[in-house]
Amino acid sequence: MSQPIDKQRRAFLATASGAAAATAVAPGVFLHAVAEAAPRDSAVSDSVRYGMLIDTSKCAEGCTDCVSACDRENGLDMLLKPEGASDQHWDMQRPRWIRQVKLKNNLTGRVTALPMMCQHCEHPPCVDVCPTGASFRRADGIVMVDRHTCIGCRYCMMACPYNARSFIHESVRLKPTATPRGKGCVESCNFCVHRLDNGGTTTACQDACQHGAIVFGDLRDPNSAVSKALAQYPSEQIRADLKLNTGVRYTDI
Amino acid sequence: MKGKFGISVLLALCLVMFVGPGSALADEDDEVAAAGVEGTARADKLDACVAPTAFMRRNHFELIEHQRDITVHEGIRKTDNSLAGCIDCHVRHDAAGQYVPVNAQGEFCSACHEYVGASLDCFTCHATKPTGTE
Amino acid sequence: MSKIHYREWGIESPRYWGLLAVLAAIVALGGFATLYMEHEGHWVTGMTNQVVWGTPHVFAIFLIVAASGALNVASIGSVFGQKMYKPLARLSGLMAITLLVGGLIVLVLDLGQPARLIVAMTTYNFKSIFAWNIYLYVGFLAIVAVYLFTMMERKANRYSHGVGVLAFVWRLILTTGTGSIFGFIVARQGYDAAIMAPMFIIMSFAYGMALYLLVLMFTFNTDERPLGDMVVRRLKNLLGVFVAAIFYFTLVYHLTNLYGTENHAYEAFILRDGGVYTWVFWLGWVLLGMVVPMGILFHPALGAQRGAITIAALLVVLGGLSAIYVIVIGGQAFPMSMFPGYTVIESGYYDGVDGMARAYSPSLPEFLLGLGGIALALLATFVAVRLLQFLPTSLADEVVDPHLAK
Ligand code: HEC
Ligand code: HEC
Ligand code: HEC
Repeated sequence: MSQPIDKQRRAFLATASGAAAATAVAPGVFLHAVAEAAPRDSAVSDSVRYGMLIDTSKCAEGCTDCVSACDRENGLDMLLKPEGASDQHWDMQRPRWIRQVKLKNNLTGRVTALPMMCQHCEHPPCVDVCPTGASFRRADGIVMVDRHTCIGCRYCMMACPYNARSFIHESVRLKPTATPRGKGCVESCNFCVHRLDNGGTTTACQDACQHGAIVFGDLRDPNSAVSKALAQYPSEQIRADLKLNTGVRYTDI
Repeated sequence: MKGKFGISVLLALCLVMFVGPGSALADEDDEVAAAGVEGTARADKLDACVAPTAFMRRNHFELIEHQRDITVHEGIRKTDNSLAGCIDCHVRHDAAGQYVPVNAQGEFCSACHEYVGASLDCFTCHATKPTGTE
Repeated sequence: MSKIHYREWGIESPRYWGLLAVLAAIVALGGFATLYMEHEGHWVTGMTNQVVWGTPHVFAIFLIVAASGALNVASIGSVFGQKMYKPLARLSGLMAITLLVGGLIVLVLDLGQPARLIVAMTTYNFKSIFAWNIYLYVGFLAIVAVYLFTMMERKANRYSHGVGVLAFVWRLILTTGTGSIFGFIVARQGYDAAIMAPMFIIMSFAYGMALYLLVLMFTFNTDERPLGDMVVRRLKNLLGVFVAAIFYFTLVYHLTNLYGTENHAYEAFILRDGGVYTWVFWLGWVLLGMVVPMGILFHPALGAQRGAITIAALLVVLGGLSAIYVIVIGGQAFPMSMFPGYTVIESGYYDGVDGMARAYSPSLPEFLLGLGGIALALLATFVAVRLLQFLPTSLADEVVDPHLAK
């Protein structure tokens, strides 16, 4: 009975040292972030709005690099299937911050793939409905959950048009310092907020994408890569009809 | 009225249904830990906390709760008052040199709380010892 | 007209305690189910990240909706001055409270963090219709309690009309609020309809009346108190009219949906291809919940039999649970249309590949929690009528209104 847990714990420690190794393996961005590591000492302001442009034409079918990078970065891979749960049920209950969706255009039959995640709306329905204000939009445009005031009612999940939120259905046994989480709260993609607050400038999914399909940055800064790309290519919002002004945009769906 | 007793029993039952789950939520860190060894925490080799000791004793939770709010809502991470920091400095080792969870019985974040009967839910989510991923 | 007297419910002790014991056992089962779910977490339920509200919400919403409807009888008496309904008002107010409490407890016990309820009461997001509902519920409880007091305390009787009007207006707002919880969800196709709020109001009339009739007939029958045929006839006719009104709204809801092309897929899902939801819709909501009860209630012979009326009321309750099941769970099972004009052919997270519905199967603990809520509401009702003077000693036609008894 204690055997599998021990094994998990060893795996846990292995991941911990794995993070250190990654610093050496991926010198570019990671070291860059570390070198500049200056934890934020004043409140974020709305002079920044974080956002993303996803070039759908570059997103490779069947590639899950962004998904596994997100899982690793945010500790989602540390969650264990509860003993007795079926694989199928666990798959529907485990949290997912990012996923790949493959689409076929009904008229033309053209097939595209794209990553879906929290779209970081300017007018997020999840924030409007949250009874306690736990679901909130930070000044810099990141939509996230304060898990200290979340009561687990899941109304935000009902309201999200993007199926972007997850509920923690089980007790969390392995608790890395960097990614606290526990049973009974809702969570979703937060643009790797801990990286940004510690001086980083990229998200894990962006770093992991070998095809360069994800550009992340400050939408308010006309010189940022994401602003330039947005100025250059036609882009669209998913469910633009809802007028949520999403922070994540797509080209070439 | 002879029904009084029965009714109290019933009301008590309803109360259990209502309140029970709340109390069941109390800390469920079921790790069985070896006792920490005196003097093995980093704090033991220092002589000051992040604020004067008398202040810490009485107000440490306000400090962390403030920290919690500014970290989550304003993104402020540069500080000595992070919960991760408290644990990093106050966690002890056992005889074998392994970290002992700060909330294990008799350990730093639990000894006083047990004494005053305060219960926290922080450690259902937060790490109870440094994990090295930070 | 003779004066109305009220007396505590007087059924013999063994029966009374037997009844309470059965209800308490169901409540206790619900309690254990809750402890289990809270301890393990929601993974032991059928709820997932796609179908996030499950069976407990069906029961909770049903009870909350029925609670405001249970107040109708009292409102007809005091707001619209219908004399016959006055002696019926106390039980009506009581059930409004007990049903609401039962529903709210179920809702609260299903939270991921029920211990943080205090957070919900101290930090509000005023934009959230959910937070508004918390005010609406608490206010409703308080107003109905005062209303009951003005009815039961002679010195306060003269305020009864005013408080009754307030309670009536409040319950309309409350049910609109409950309906709006869904109306505000733009993301999901089945909910985004203006007709949702009025439909919830009319549903509340019917479900509240059905439960009221059941409790009234049960308590009077077991206590051998006279309950006039005219009184029952009026109430069951009202129930019939309310059910007919739901029928009308259901029709309009689906017809307007069929009119707009963007809702065709949703309609096809509920009405034809939705598997279990289609069954629950046609069999539960429409046939057993509306058609059969209307047939009984308006039938010249059946509609006069107490047994048949009881069955009709029970069917309305069943139909109500079915309707809310279809709305709440069917509405989530139907995949959100995230990419209009495209078909999802693969997804890492259940985005309705090829329009496939999201899976949900209710689990036993969820069901027990919901059932526990109903049992708790009934338990509280029966304890209250035993301890205090809620029930009139007689509702014989000539006692209630001499004009009725020809
Ligand atoms: C439901 C899970 C959960 C619970 C319970 C919880 N936290 Fe947190 N806490 C989090 C998450 C998630 C973060 C954000 C971490 C991040 O972004 O780096 C966080 C961050 C923090 C931070 C800022 C980061 C740091 O290490 O300083 C503090 C302080 C904090 N929590 C204190 C507390 C305290 C005190 C309690 C108990 C009263 C508590 N938390 C209970 C989930 C939780
Ligand atoms: C850099 C190491 C360090 C950090 C970080 C730190 N402490 Fe301390 N803490 C100490 C030391 C050293 C003492 C003992 C001071 C003394 O002996 O007067 C102490 C004392 C205390 C005391 C009083 C203990 C007693 O027995 O009276 C409390 C309470 C406390 N710390 C809580 C915290 C909390 C909460 C945090 C996180 C916000 C924290 N500490 C962070 C080093 C640290
Ligand atoms: C010197 C004894 C002492 C130590 C050591 C101590 N605490 Fe406390 N703590 C208390 C007392 C006493 C209270 C209760 C205060 C009250 O309720 O007024 C408390 C309350 C708290 C609360 C608020 C609980 C609530 O329900 O609001 C938090 C959070 C907390 N402590 C965190 C910590 C952490 C984390 C540590 C370890 C780093 C720690 N404490 C170490 C004495 C201590």
